[in-house]
Amino acid sequence: MKNSNQRPIWQKTLLGTATSVAMASVGVMGMAATASAEESFKVGFVTFLSGGASGPFGVPAAQGAEIVIKAINEGSLPAPYNTKGVNGLTLESVVVDEAGGPTKQVEEYRNLVQRQDVDAVIGYISSGDCLAIGPVAEEMKMFTIAFDCGTSRLFQEIEDPQYMFRTGLDAVADNVGAARYLAETRPDAVRIAGIQQNYAWGQDSWQDFTLAMAQLMPEAEIVNNQTPQLFQGSYSTEISALQTERPDIVHSSMWGGDMESFTAQANVRGLLSQATAILTTGESGLHRFDGQAPNGTILGGRGPFGGFMPENDLSEWFTQTYVAEHGTPPSYPASKAAQAVLALKFAADSSGAEGVPSSEQLAAALKGAEFESVSGTVRMALAGGHQALQPMSYGEYHFENGEAELRNVRSYSGECVSAPDGYNAQQWIKEGFPGVDCN
Amino acid sequence: MLTVWAILIDGFIYASWLFLVAAGLTVIYGVMRILNMAHGSLYALGAYAAASALGWYYSGGGENLVMAFAIIAASAILIGALTGLAIERGILRLMYGRDEILMLLITFAVLLILEDVMKLIWGTTPYFAYQPYAALGRINIDVLTVSRYDLLVLVVSVVIGVGLWFWLERTKIGKILRSIIHDREVSEAMGVNVRRMFTITFMIGATLGALAGGITAPIISVVPGLGIEVIVLAFAVVVTGGLGSITGAAVGAVIVGLARATSIHTMPELELFIIYAVMAGVLIFRPHGLFGQVIARKI
Amino acid sequence: MILEKSEISLIGAAVAIALASLVVPNWLVFTATLAISTALVVMGVVMLMRAGLVSFGQGLFYCLGGYAVGLGGRYLGITDALLLIVLGVAVTVGVAMILGLLVTRYREIFFAMLSLAFSMILYGLLVKSHGLGSTDGFGVVDWTILGFSPGSGESSSRTALLLALGLALGIALFLNRYFRSSLGLACEAIRENEVRVEYMGVSRKQVLYINYVIAAAVGSIGGSMTALAAGHVDPTMAYWTISGEFVFIAILGGTGHVAAPFIAALIFTLVRTYAIELAPNAWQMILGIVLLLIILFLPKGIWSLFTRKKGVAS
Repeated sequence: MKNSNQRPIWQKTLLGTATSVAMASVGVMGMAATASAEESFKVGFVTFLSGGASGPFGVPAAQGAEIVIKAINEGSLPAPYNTKGVNGLTLESVVVDEAGGPTKQVEEYRNLVQRQDVDAVIGYISSGDCLAIGPVAEEMKMFTIAFDCGTSRLFQEIEDPQYMFRTGLDAVADNVGAARYLAETRPDAVRIAGIQQNYAWGQDSWQDFTLAMAQLMPEAEIVNNQTPQLFQGSYSTEISALQTERPDIVHSSMWGGDMESFTAQANVRGLLSQATAILTTGESGLHRFDGQAPNGTILGGRGPFGGFMPENDLSEWFTQTYVAEHGTPPSYPASKAAQAVLALKFAADSSGAEGVPSSEQLAAALKGAEFESVSGTVRMALAGGHQALQPMSYGEYHFENGEAELRNVRSYSGECVSAPDGYNAQQWIKEGFPGVDCN
Repeated sequence: MLTVWAILIDGFIYASWLFLVAAGLTVIYGVMRILNMAHGSLYALGAYAAASALGWYYSGGGENLVMAFAIIAASAILIGALTGLAIERGILRLMYGRDEILMLLITFAVLLILEDVMKLIWGTTPYFAYQPYAALGRINIDVLTVSRYDLLVLVVSVVIGVGLWFWLERTKIGKILRSIIHDREVSEAMGVNVRRMFTITFMIGATLGALAGGITAPIISVVPGLGIEVIVLAFAVVVTGGLGSITGAAVGAVIVGLARATSIHTMPELELFIIYAVMAGVLIFRPHGLFGQVIARKI
Repeated sequence: MILEKSEISLIGAAVAIALASLVVPNWLVFTATLAISTALVVMGVVMLMRAGLVSFGQGLFYCLGGYAVGLGGRYLGITDALLLIVLGVAVTVGVAMILGLLVTRYREIFFAMLSLAFSMILYGLLVKSHGLGSTDGFGVVDWTILGFSPGSGESSSRTALLLALGLALGIALFLNRYFRSSLGLACEAIRENEVRVEYMGVSRKQVLYINYVIAAAVGSIGGSMTALAAGHVDPTMAYWTISGEFVFIAILGGTGHVAAPFIAALIFTLVRTYAIELAPNAWQMILGIVLLLIILFLPKGIWSLFTRKKGVAS
């Protein structure tokens, strides 16, 4: 206990430290301010660079965005995006790791906006991060595009959104689409089982899927649902538990490495010769399974992304450039990231602003708009014009002579898989899809 | 009845994997009193090394299964031993004599560093070396099936367990190690080169961790962050069984494995709690774990 | 009450930060609020460390405090920040009083693992609570303080900082005295040698129990403040890596003084955010190397920089 003697020293040093920390921060601030001078538009891109979601989602997404950003600055995109830059400005990006949980992401978001002075933010794969960022984006009045997260609560939690956008579908569409595909292609299936990662995504997916099945295949019986840990890796016990229930269909919302591991293990264990798997995010494994998923396994891509992209100039350009750069066709996270960047370019180009468009101008331009993308024409028709309404596609995996492809692809229009504006999604399913339009 | 059989089979298969993961951890703790947080990273290193070596072998047209297993073992043992040596010589050596908890944090720092080193070497794309797992196929028992690879893991696990026991109980070096476990100062006074024993122990523990990862690699897809998920599981097993005891790790693994299999087959929603519930339950009645030694209090 | 020099310094530092918050950029205000909230939880870890116990489950109380704020606002309709914090403390003290009976019987790694187990059980419970948003968590309602609404944007984050600062100052002043009270000193004696403490007629069980409960309450306040500032709670708060982070910061600062966790938390937060910005692919490595260097060169934490002139640490 010698503290009594040293107070003056610590006092001085404390003040010294505080001052130098403050000085350093101000210094960096100053640099950031000069960097984002008049002629460039700075966008923060937040995606997983570490942890289990980085490999299958985070990094492909960053690569997809990077390709589009590069092309925007070169002016080498196909029409209607063949002008250089966004609203004539060079597009500059700051990439931030999404790891660390929502509290940390809120902090990083504030840093992006206030310290790095970005003009817009694109990002967020995790639903928890999206939910936490939404209100902050509104509070800070910063134009923000969520490119991948799937929670249907995002726009339920924000009343009257102004600045937050989502250029993809929510997870309800995935699972309603899955149930529709099963009802059309496997009408005789009786015993339905599931395996979901034990967290919000898995729980939400299973809830929406079972609700939709109760409507679309009322004869089918839900026999079992397994909830392994996220990143568990080995599913030996879960597979046994599923086998003892003798299912016809196994639904899974597992993603990335977990989904690939489960599929390979269930295939070797013979579960997938007894039952057909329907993998709502399976598309990211399309070019990675290498035959480890049996032919006929049903894959989804969270919308018309990755292998489900329709043929148009943008998607052809994107696939070619991506293959040339990374040696493999783009998976759905890469397409979704590309779509968000295109949305930003669309909003900036049509904002009519002089110089750097403000968040208000960007939001006004994107709200309720229709823009061209790698997934076809995107209509921002949900959540008061803040969320995309897009078709949902499912198809069967086929692997022959070392080539993987999707067969028997069926696409359901946006109005067929998403609740109309103002409806709670679960309520919409329970009431038997009022206002549905499947043509 | 079917469920009971399934629980027993799954429980023991999972237990054998848990034991593989936990064995290195408990050996290091027993001798060195270091709870090695970086053990999970060694596991991940082994998995990455084996997966990329297998990928290289199969893309070169290799098809021999025995050769594949040799590659798994060789790559994992090599990377485990080398990394173990580097960590012990480069970092831990500077830190001996520090508080047990401080040593835990040092290994935590090593974990953080290794996580990024792996990312720099292997990137973030998952590695998927399924060939040996797929090639071995399965055995059908009524509606149940068991993968032959899982059975192989069980055999390897038993062999490693017996081998470790023999090494500690029946060889000279084992005797020396046990003397260090019992009283480090006295054995030092009797002329034991404790530092050298520490290096050997850490290398063996690290190799066991990497080997566990290498053997698991064909089952799973090898992704960043793999090690972090494994480490708490290994801790729980080792603490339940009693730190530093090989028998304890084996018994702890079997208890946790069976408890988990029971929960998955009967009440899948409880799976997340079961491991911690077992650990807390055991510690309430046996404060030092099942086979843990009560250390004499020094006045 | 006569203020000691050390206390005057603490008050001075708090006033200085409060004044600084008027001029520094807004992101720094928010970061400082989070750092102070984190430091409060770390303070609980430090209290246990002074008694020789290392908790890998302090996230349990951090999470309880956060969820009390979230749930209290959402289901009980409480919007007053202070009431929400008190609610958190009440719940936490209740839980800690039960758990404390058990865990204070344990030492070393067993204490660490048992506290980790309880924290992970709470994590599991919250993950299973689909109604509470499972791992996605949920948003915290807009709060008021003593009838005054902090508004939105800059003034809101400044109010949060001032609230955190006020609470932290109160706690720091209290702990500063507590560390030198007979109870606080008994904790240190237990770390040095439990048996001798018993011989002197002090009940180590009682001392550790009270210390544990106070540490939990302080941690809960940190969690509540984090929830109020960030506006969102989720089960990650109880995950073991978060608890590991608290221990990390505690070691970084050292146990020498009540101000140490605050400085350490601020440095940690700033190092991390700049590391993420400058090296998004290698920030964990930077953190690891910083930690190793500190353990190697400053074994008593950053605080020993301030006491170095006196030679050996206290």
